[in-house]
Amino acid sequence: MVTAPGLSVACPVREAGAEDAVAGVPARWVATPGSVPEAAELLRACSELGLVVVPRGGGTKLDWGMPPTSVDVVVDTSGLTGVEHEAGDLVAVVGAGTPRAALQELLGAAGQELALDQPIPGPAAERSTIGGIVSTATAGPRRLLRGGPRDLVIGAALVRADGVVSRSGGKVVKNVAGYDLARLLCGAYGTLGLVVEVAFRLHPRSQARSWLHCLAGHPDDAYRITRAVLDSQVVPSALEVERTARGWELVTLLEGTPAGVQARAGRLSGLLGEGAVELERPPPGWGIFPGAADDVLIKLTSSLPGVPRVLAGVEGLTAAAEVRGSAGSGVLHAAVPGGTAAADLAEILRRLRRVTAAHGGSAVVLRAPAGLRDAVDIWGPVPGLDLMRRLKREFDPQARMSPGRFVGGI
Amino acid sequence: MAEKSETAVRRLAERLRPVLPPGGVITDPAELATYECDGLAYYRTRPGLAVLPETTEQVAAVVRACADAGVPFVARGSGTGLSGGALPRADGVLVVTSRMRQVISVDAEAERAVVQPGVINLQVTREAAPHGYYYAPDPSSQQVCSIGGNVAENSGGAHCLKYGFTTHHVLGLELVTPQGDVVRVGGAAPEQPGYDLLGVLVGSEGTLGVATEVTVRLTREPEAVRTLLAGFHHTDDAGATTSAIIAAGVVPAAIEIMDALAIEAAEQAVGCGYPEGAGAVLVVELDGPSGEVEAQLVTVQQLCREHGCFELRIAADDAERALIWKGRKSAFAAVGRISPDYIVQDGVIPRTSLPEVLRAIDALARAEEPAGAVPGDGGSRVRVANVFHAGDGNLHPLVLFDSAVPGQAEAAERVSGAILDLCIERGGSITGEHGVGADKARYMPRMFTDDDLDTMQLVRCAFDPAGISNPGKVFPTPRLCGEAPGPRRGVHPLVASGQADQL
Repeated sequence: MVTAPGLSVACPVREAGAEDAVAGVPARWVATPGSVPEAAELLRACSELGLVVVPRGGGTKLDWGMPPTSVDVVVDTSGLTGVEHEAGDLVAVVGAGTPRAALQELLGAAGQELALDQPIPGPAAERSTIGGIVSTATAGPRRLLRGGPRDLVIGAALVRADGVVSRSGGKVVKNVAGYDLARLLCGAYGTLGLVVEVAFRLHPRSQARSWLHCLAGHPDDAYRITRAVLDSQVVPSALEVERTARGWELVTLLEGTPAGVQARAGRLSGLLGEGAVELERPPPGWGIFPGAADDVLIKLTSSLPGVPRVLAGVEGLTAAAEVRGSAGSGVLHAAVPGGTAAADLAEILRRLRRVTAAHGGSAVVLRAPAGLRDAVDIWGPVPGLDLMRRLKREFDPQARMSPGRFVGGI
Repeated sequence: MAEKSETAVRRLAERLRPVLPPGGVITDPAELATYECDGLAYYRTRPGLAVLPETTEQVAAVVRACADAGVPFVARGSGTGLSGGALPRADGVLVVTSRMRQVISVDAEAERAVVQPGVINLQVTREAAPHGYYYAPDPSSQQVCSIGGNVAENSGGAHCLKYGFTTHHVLGLELVTPQGDVVRVGGAAPEQPGYDLLGVLVGSEGTLGVATEVTVRLTREPEAVRTLLAGFHHTDDAGATTSAIIAAGVVPAAIEIMDALAIEAAEQAVGCGYPEGAGAVLVVELDGPSGEVEAQLVTVQQLCREHGCFELRIAADDAERALIWKGRKSAFAAVGRISPDYIVQDGVIPRTSLPEVLRAIDALARAEEPAGAVPGDGGSRVRVANVFHAGDGNLHPLVLFDSAVPGQAEAAERVSGAILDLCIERGGSITGEHGVGADKARYMPRMFTDDDLDTMQLVRCAFDPAGISNPGKVFPTPRLCGEAPGPRRGVHPLVASGQADQL
């Protein structure tokens, strides 16, 4: 075990290797606390030494956002695991380093689940941790009915930059005592501290599922179908749209009791006409991000009437652009080839931001090859940025927690 | 000091008169008296000054003037809050939003409504109903409470078990910060970039600024709604049924339990005709696609019978459903008929500990029984009527007492406080929906550590370093903003870079 000068702590610390770089920024040490007290001791020591800290879960989204300005200590959360499952209360308190896949397996044994899909493709998805998912606020198709992490968290424990452990919320679903810091930590990219524990409300796993597929020729047709599904009172769990060679493909997910799902699927089929086909399993690519790992991944949000305009906007960019996402909630993801020139990407973003802003939304680059990422404004306009900077200053006055990764250079 | 603040408030009144519409600045003591408390009338303070703005600009002007003068302000919606969250300050300004009642837009296609903060909760649903939509959070006071107040308190309601709280239904806010700046947070689209400021603003009880415009989600009306009333001999059975329903994978829109005393009060008040001799009634409402609702209704009925239900009714129409709910919704006011005084408590426990906690509450009340009291003589002691949102473990014990009997008010206070301790012991919360406000700030250190509270107050310092936005609420002691958090700051750059060790 190699210890940093003065960084004498109980948990394992090793020298960082090339593979520990965060978005291309080399790290000096990797520390793996095995408990919340160890994490607190570690961050207290880092505070005393003025070390820059970047938390890391499964590392599946470490290249998201901007690179940190520097990295002294990578805090590997793989030792902060564990699940306290209160099945009767439909609640689980989960260590931040717990992989989502392991959590779902455990909850599934009791017929329950955390209703949060993960859009990371392939085997990497197995590594995605609860801390990483919460810190990047990622969700999948069922965001339509269940929302994202911020809608499912009921409490969280945070180790502050100065090593102080603080909890908010609790282990009950209904609770309005004190500020709701758990929600504030959702999507904060590790810039407010180290998330060590998250409490969630759970849902019973549905007994039956059905996917209904139909095809639209034009974004406006895709939107008409979307509106028809949302108006129908069948209460879909998800309503996804995707551009393929065949056109605009729409898939509606229904979840519930076997009899209920059958009745709803029948009614929806009738509504959507002959083209609607019921699938027994999700179609290929269901719920994962479009494009390849080296593409530029852009998150696009808009109000519902803006969805066809956003779809048309992506269609008009380049033939190689892909788009997939939740037509029913107005959250879409586009993939643009990683080989796009920086000036072209800037123009693409300008156009996408014009259309999303016109419909109350935004266009944010989640991930891009380093050269492109550094050449464009990945976040776009962020209302309330001054308040966000003030929050950051209060939580991390020395800007040592994932500095530079977030909006406005936070 | 008091004289000084009086002068400051008087000067503010003069400064604000030209900014606000006629009648928008209230200084007359008799008029001010109408604002001296909110729904928790136990706490009363006459505000130094009240203002009735109509626009965001006017609210901003008021808050800027307060900030300049260092005068605290308190925002107030309809004044229905039950934790003294809108309790005015004698040395401050009460910002009343009752003239901000404009519904700015209702867009069913976008599933959004944009309203001013004084708009009444139920009005949003009324406006959306012709399009087949409604606004899901439905606090019991929804006919009178304001959306701004709901945002401050993160209000719930009977149906939040399935549909969530205000925080799940607010997508955007226009906020007047405690410095008087107008900032937009969130918007029509979900999942905006940056910190989730909405998440921390909703439920912050007016301590982070004043919301002047609120964008809310509208929800499609369910295809079917079925309401079921089940009579049990004992609350334990009703509680066990609740657990069984949840365990069966059913998430009803609402599950409510009332105990014998609460039923007695409701019968006297509104004659709801609940099953005779019931020790507890369970109200279950299922909604959604009709196929699902019918399947769930079969399951729920079966579970009720398996757990000792002796009478089961299913509302045949809207009128019957309304009657079932009438008893439940009247419960708070109804206990006024069977007891001269009462305290409404609001606490949360994990649903699974319901039976033990109810027994413990009963024991608490009995422990206050004066020596020599006649057993069963209800009038001679503190009693507790229980009404609760059983699905999420949110208890509303009503502590009944007679302040004319020496010692009873104090005994009731003790029982009410001890109930909160029970909630904390069980890993629950001191408030599920009424908020902390002025009433429960002193209980916060029992639920949270000093570090927890200190961290929450970092948010306060970011938004309101001067501490003028509804001060004295939520937190028992204010944090002096600008204090160095943690053990030290200003590390030597050589130490930071690892070239030197800390001595």
